[in-house]
Amino acid sequence: MNLKSLSPAGPNGWVMVITLVALVLVPPYTVLANEPFFLDLVMRAVILSIAAVSLNLVLGYGGMISFGHAAYLGIGAYCVGIPGYYGIYDGVFQLLLVVAVCGVFALVTGLVCLRTRGVYFIMITLAFAQMVFYAMVSLDEYGGDDGLVIYERSRFPLGGAIGDSITLYYVCLAVLVATLLLVHRIVNSRFGLVIRGTAGNDARLQSLGLPTFRYRLICYVIAGIMCGIAGWLLGNFTLFISPEMMNWIRSGELIFMVVLGGAGSLFGPVLGTGAFITLEEFLSGFTVYWQLYFGIFLVLVVLFGRGGLHGFIEWLFRRRS
Amino acid sequence: MPPVAVAAAQIATLPAGRDTDMLLEVIDLYKAFGGVVATNHVSLEVREGEVHAVIGPNGAGKTTLVSQLTGELRPDGGRVRLAGRTITRMPTHRRARLGVARSFQITSVVNNLSVLENVLLAVQAHAGHNFRFWRPALRCRDLVDAAHASLQRVGLGELADRSAADLSHGEHRQLEIAMATATQPRLLLLDEPMAGMGREETVRMVDILNTIRGGPGILLIEHDMDAVFALADRISVLVNGAVIACDTPDAIRNNAQVKAAYLGED
Ligand SMILES: Nc1ncnc2c1ncn2[C@@H]1O[C@H](COP(=O)(O)OP(=O)(O)OP(=O)(O)O)[C@@H](O)[C@H]1O
Ligand SMILES: [Mg+2]
Repeated sequence: MNLKSLSPAGPNGWVMVITLVALVLVPPYTVLANEPFFLDLVMRAVILSIAAVSLNLVLGYGGMISFGHAAYLGIGAYCVGIPGYYGIYDGVFQLLLVVAVCGVFALVTGLVCLRTRGVYFIMITLAFAQMVFYAMVSLDEYGGDDGLVIYERSRFPLGGAIGDSITLYYVCLAVLVATLLLVHRIVNSRFGLVIRGTAGNDARLQSLGLPTFRYRLICYVIAGIMCGIAGWLLGNFTLFISPEMMNWIRSGELIFMVVLGGAGSLFGPVLGTGAFITLEEFLSGFTVYWQLYFGIFLVLVVLFGRGGLHGFIEWLFRRRS
Repeated sequence: MPPVAVAAAQIATLPAGRDTDMLLEVIDLYKAFGGVVATNHVSLEVREGEVHAVIGPNGAGKTTLVSQLTGELRPDGGRVRLAGRTITRMPTHRRARLGVARSFQITSVVNNLSVLENVLLAVQAHAGHNFRFWRPALRCRDLVDAAHASLQRVGLGELADRSAADLSHGEHRQLEIAMATATQPRLLLLDEPMAGMGREETVRMVDILNTIRGGPGILLIEHDMDAVFALADRISVLVNGAVIACDTPDAIRNNAQVKAAYLGED
């Protein structure tokens, strides 16, 4: 029996373990080195990693190229901002709101989007995300274009709080680990086998007797909720929300993070997000035309780097041994 | 309604004079693509455990017929019944759950999965209850054992962990059969299982199909006449969408009309 795919063994498994351990050690380092800015940078990477891992579930494993995933980031953040506007900072309430709103949004839009394929799917997911974007732009009550400041981070029962950055950071990291575990279990389960199968040959699965539409819809909803939770963390992190968070450019960036790291691999999207943010930081300090060079680099990765960073690591170690 | 009337109504809805071993009944099936009549008032039947072969020249409408039986194509007229139940407009996946399975003329497997996972999907489809999100599929003993058994049957046991994309053409054809039979179908629709195979591979496939026959009813579409005559209990000849003859292999071999229309070509 092939158990290889079940355990995170191999070079990429080690990369995952080492990266996660390093991430645990980041806060003590930033305190000792007195570099709070670095903590913010890593925290943003961790939060966007959760979003990328959730996108990878539909894009990498399910073959559904959603170009509207940032909408869930935005909705999740607004689930902190709008209750906050009314003085509600109850984290449990906010999270229930995230699950309900993202779940319903994914369900309703998924019912429409998932009837299409290929370019049509890309365009229609984009269209739905832009609808949410413009809806938030036009809602002057919640700041419209200018966004909304959040005055307090979410509170939890029994005095639980994520007020200070280090606590929030560890919450983000815990959510990332939980998301990775969940995605790992899902893609190896019976449900996940169907999802991976639909990416390869949907018609064949249908003729085997699997109503694939239902499976893909459920997968789409799960990914949407996961990304909504990343958005909730993002709202708590930035303490400011604006429609900009769900701009189509953000959706495109999430796709690049997944592709850069390796679509359809468990930890690839995390590596991709890390590389993306590092490059963004590095290149923008280097030249004002950084976006041009960044664009060229991304095109090259998509054209030649089939398995992304994940594939590269595997190739590297296979050559060695 | 009084009880007597209920009983009478029930009797009236029963198929009149139906044989109990009748598995598939195709009644006056009709399908046209624009001006091309692909299925021209076709009627045929498959009994339990029988191998019913359908032969006919290229473009005769054989694949179109199979696709209407699985529900992948909608007929314009006529009916399809499975064990007395009308399934003409039933969606593909529900027919599959009733025991209809097919193999494809042009290999259709899931290339991004392993050989075992391909068959596992077929087993899962039959088992139902696939909305399980936590337990690894490869640790579901019953399912994995069934998948392995199906692979052994077609001689692919050794290749279970290979990627389906890495198989040879002949092995792909065998995987097709493993997937089709893993669902333990009542009705197996085989669309040219020997397509593109060499002599040796064809002989092997005939052996494999011989081990399967007698279980499910089989509708066998095939060009290879040796294979057809070796396997079929009955043969229908399809030309331009219409059945021009349906008889035992011996009778078909000597049928002048068939010889003229089809066998003469070879
Ligand atoms: N989707 C379609 N649209 C239009 N015409 C079609 C379609 N599918 C099949 N046809 C036509 O219907 C006829 C029957 O095709 P079909 O594929 O069923 O033949 P076949 O007997 O399976 O042939 P072969 O031996 O080549 O597999 C052909 O004339 C074909 O061109
Ligand atoms: Mg055909």
